[in-house]
Amino acid sequence: MAQDTVVPPESTPRALDREDERLAAPPQTLMDGVRASLARARGGDLGVIPVVAGIVVIWTVFQVLNPVFLSSTNLVNLAFDMVPVGMIALGIVWVLLVGQIDLSVGSVSGVSAALMATVLVLDEQPLVLALGASILLGVVVGWAYGQIFNRAGVPSFVISLAGLLAFLGVQLWILRGQNAINLEYDSALVSFAQLWFVPAPLAYVLAVLAAGGLLAVSASRARRRHAAGLSAPSMRYLVTRSVLLLVVLAFVVSYLGRTRGLPWMFVFFVGVVLVMHYVLTRTAFGRSVYAVGGNAEAARRAGINVRRVYTTAFVMCSTLAAVGGVLAASRLAAANQSTGTADVNLNAIAAAVIGGVSLFGGRGTAFAALLGIVVIQSISSGLTLLNLDSSYRFMVTGVVLLLAVALDSVARRSRMASGRA
Amino acid sequence: MSAPVAERATPADAAGPPLLSLQGISKNFGAVAALTDIDLDVRAGEVVAIVGDNGAGKSTLVKVLAGVHPATQGRVLVDGEEVTLGSPVAAQRLGIATVFQDLALCENLDVTANLFLGHEIRPFALDDVAMEVRSWELLKELSARLPQLTLPVASLSGGQRQTVAIARSLLGDPRVIVLDEPTAALGVAQTAEVLNLVERLRERGLGVVMISHNMEDVRAVADRVAVLRLGRNNGEFDAQAASSEEIVAAITGASDNVVSRRSARRSAAAGDATGTPGATGAADAAPTLEKKEEEH
Repeated sequence: MAQDTVVPPESTPRALDREDERLAAPPQTLMDGVRASLARARGGDLGVIPVVAGIVVIWTVFQVLNPVFLSSTNLVNLAFDMVPVGMIALGIVWVLLVGQIDLSVGSVSGVSAALMATVLVLDEQPLVLALGASILLGVVVGWAYGQIFNRAGVPSFVISLAGLLAFLGVQLWILRGQNAINLEYDSALVSFAQLWFVPAPLAYVLAVLAAGGLLAVSASRARRRHAAGLSAPSMRYLVTRSVLLLVVLAFVVSYLGRTRGLPWMFVFFVGVVLVMHYVLTRTAFGRSVYAVGGNAEAARRAGINVRRVYTTAFVMCSTLAAVGGVLAASRLAAANQSTGTADVNLNAIAAAVIGGVSLFGGRGTAFAALLGIVVIQSISSGLTLLNLDSSYRFMVTGVVLLLAVALDSVARRSRMASGRA
Repeated sequence: MSAPVAERATPADAAGPPLLSLQGISKNFGAVAALTDIDLDVRAGEVVAIVGDNGAGKSTLVKVLAGVHPATQGRVLVDGEEVTLGSPVAAQRLGIATVFQDLALCENLDVTANLFLGHEIRPFALDDVAMEVRSWELLKELSARLPQLTLPVASLSGGQRQTVAIARSLLGDPRVIVLDEPTAALGVAQTAEVLNLVERLRERGLGVVMISHNMEDVRAVADRVAVLRLGRNNGEFDAQAASSEEIVAAITGASDNVVSRRSARRSAAAGDATGTPGATGAADAAPTLEKKEEEH
């Protein structure tokens, strides 16, 4: 042991936001980052830790039960299958963030699928028109929900519960008594949902772009913070993080590439997630969404048009549900009476909540939908591989949903206890 | 806590028109006259405390000033010119910022986000860096100590939240700031923190209207004390010259009231009879009324 040396007072001026000597320094190494998020989790700010842990557990269990589970073939299928409900879950994130709920996303996706198939196949209209009709349907439904919610003050729970039933009826009516409308197997939609893969070189380029993009964005941000006299994470930390992301992405690309490859549909989904993440975190409108979810009255007094925020959230939700419906029909190459029914609703909501979006509003990110749907779809795929029918799937998904919501509630209590609620 | 009288800044332009002037303001809610014929002047660099019992009309007056409830009758003058406080936005444009008692903060957002809520700095995307720098500058000007601005407001203490709410109202460069019960529900140290902040607002040359229940706080920072009773002006006092008993008498409407009787009883042993006669309106006291008001 060296002799007791007194640490000399820091000679360099402290950053503007670190003048209080009680504060920890920003992360300098990857371990610092991990430690910081573990500390936040103990305070009830769980972040992505539970969902990542959940994925690890679920994948391990299913892999042990059936070695096919983590095969490249199955994971490619998983990447396809998660997109339709994932897209719906992305919409659910919007309504949950403003502290509302939409229980009718399944029915709306079913109507959207039926409408698209009817316009495309029965009426033989061009694809653009069919897609436009579906998306317009989503916009109109969300707008109507927003108006009823804002003007009549009906709880969104009730509005969407009514919508759940009503749109199921609309779906049957649009299908004109047919059980199913099949899409042409070689149409663009079906190919997109079943056959189109990113060529391997391009997939690696995308991985490099993603990691490089993360590094560029975070480094420029760190530089601006540094220039403004604020604390910033070290370059070493940022580079390590981006390299880690690159390694993970490259591994995913190469593993999926062993069989069919990276589906374009999955890339599309991730792209939508990224755009939504940008809107929610980097724009004034996104900030107002969180504000309304946290304290609508405070948001109103701050001059935010709260009604517009609610309406936009409902519109985004229904529209993404409509897109999800179209993708579901494309994946199946048919729109039928059961598209969007059964567990679609709850799977979408469960995905968002499992991913870390609070049911109490104002907390969560767009990535929640992506992470949550991986959990939900893994369970579904794993149980299917075990030749267990949907009765088990419903039961297991129900339990997982309950666990996720319970975790959210416990975390909320823990946040209150540690003063972060 | 109370600062020496000598250090108090005197109103800068006592001769000119007051920054904000209410003349004959009345506000009726249906048959109920919440405010009747209220007069109030606020000058730059002056802290005016508004005191009154429950139901005296303090909150209604705040809402009139904030533009939430436009007055039924009367004139509002800013810099001697008549204006209409028709909406919260109009009041803010005229330089009147209001910090309500419930603070209206979003607990899930961090301090910077709350400060700039609704007025974010953004050419295109949000400029977090510029907002955080500006927040630190502002809080430093106010000598407010907040450890970190990236924590959600939920993790702040009551005094810190009050600081954030007041700092936010300053971002719009107001000239008059209305504080509704800024020290209610705060601990001793936090109250002192907020009172320091109020003094700093005065030093910046703002007109401060402070609604309060707490006589000690009022006497600690206010230059003038305006008393409301049953929706009417019931006397105006120099905060330093007037005794607490005088002010309490004006609040309750009687020199012989619960408060004075209590203090008389307590000091009876010392033979020091209190119960200074009230300045105004002492005569209209009906002992039955005060009892009712206390029950609110």
